[in-house]
Amino acid sequence: MTTDERFSASFEELRPDRMVGARHEAITGPVRSWETDFSHVEPEWADDPYRVYDDLRQRCPIAHTDRFGGGWLPVRYDDVAAIAYDTDSFSSRSVVMSNVRPSLDLAPVGTSPPISSDPPFHHDARRLLLPAFTKKAVETREPATRAYCHELIDAFGDRRDVDAAVEYAQHIPVRVIAELLGLPLEDAPRFREIVANTLEAVNLPPDERAARIGAQFDYFLGHIRDHVANPRDDLIGHLVEAELHGAKLDPLHVAGTISLLLIAGIDTTWSAIAASLWHLATHPEDRRRLVAEPALLPTAIEEFLRAYAPVTMARLVKRDQHWRGVDMKADDWILLSFPAANRDPDQFDRADEVVIDREVNRHAAFGLGIHRCVGSHLARMELRTALGVWLERIPEFALTDAGPVHWAPGQVRGPRTLPVHIG
Amino acid sequence: MKVSIDRARCQGHGRCYELAPEIFDADDEGYGVVLGTGEIAPGLARRARLAALNCPESAVDIDDGEQIT
Repeated sequence: MTTDERFSASFEELRPDRMVGARHEAITGPVRSWETDFSHVEPEWADDPYRVYDDLRQRCPIAHTDRFGGGWLPVRYDDVAAIAYDTDSFSSRSVVMSNVRPSLDLAPVGTSPPISSDPPFHHDARRLLLPAFTKKAVETREPATRAYCHELIDAFGDRRDVDAAVEYAQHIPVRVIAELLGLPLEDAPRFREIVANTLEAVNLPPDERAARIGAQFDYFLGHIRDHVANPRDDLIGHLVEAELHGAKLDPLHVAGTISLLLIAGIDTTWSAIAASLWHLATHPEDRRRLVAEPALLPTAIEEFLRAYAPVTMARLVKRDQHWRGVDMKADDWILLSFPAANRDPDQFDRADEVVIDREVNRHAAFGLGIHRCVGSHLARMELRTALGVWLERIPEFALTDAGPVHWAPGQVRGPRTLPVHIG
Repeated sequence: MKVSIDRARCQGHGRCYELAPEIFDADDEGYGVVLGTGEIAPGLARRARLAALNCPESAVDIDDGEQIT
């Protein structure tokens, strides 16, 4: 059996210090003031963050919190863009705002390259991934994705009441990503657990959080070893063989990138599909128009991405600085809200309305600058396919009162339950 | 009318080659490239403008030649 010495150690052995860095006590409970105590993991934020952004934009466009050890929330498009572009002042070495700040020693690679990487390392690590994610490369997955969407709807059988998030939206990216990486689809429940652990469980005690992330990396290392023993033509196989600066990749680079692609590829797209279906379930005029004019779907999808952008990123301030009226300290978090930027009336006409035939739509749902979502073409293919098949098969549907629509808190927001009645 | 892509700004969002595939294409890494010389036939001017107005990085430049006249 083929082995590769790089991958023989466990995560604990590869990184004995685990998640070393400054730790802070978790502060939880209702937000006292959005200007001085914001939190993106409390239910009042998950229910309606747009009200919060619109209010802050009027009164306090760069809000602060002492939670997570201190951080800032800019809500104007211009401020969000400026931070995304300024990789010299704002580090990506952690992009999930939590109570642990990875030490600056981790830069420029970070824990899950290239999203956690800063220049100059970032550029070369990203180039390893780009060819697999071009529009042309991802289009080859469209027929299988379409067939799977049909299977999911077939499985509804004669039932008229279904959950469009649980029974449809969530399965599509899980399948696409599992096939792309080369992970077994039976592990889907585990993928969802990994996503929730990383993105939602940010207020767990740091040791508990570190233990879960360690188990996650050991899971990936196990599959990497299996790929070494049984080489396959998938993205894990590609990363095992890939070279950077004349050498094979560090084992934690390989495992970190797999972790990134799994996490960033699943509930982001699941959220975007489900949020679009939520809009169509609650706006019959838009739904009927898209059924009548399927050619409008790509334009409408851009508008859903603008209005319901699922992903908020984070940055760490590199050094003390006075920035656009506030005093930022080294290691303060920035909660980089592309959803807030996308609702800024200084950037978009009728910013608070969903205009499905909006022709000019320079939205930032996939980020701006060097960290533009590497999977954006894949996400658009999944959205077009998932929404196209749904509308073709189920032109008439509406939200039911079978249960509440539950929107996920944290940095990836979307409906996790979406009970609809068909017909 | 002539279009060009500012390579320093382009991040591969691909809005230009989605909206105006007659004018733009992707390279092997997904960055936008202009097909041919970038000289735009009058019938495609609207498409070219749409691509420029939808680029999140404002990386599509349009030269109308108006400053010359």
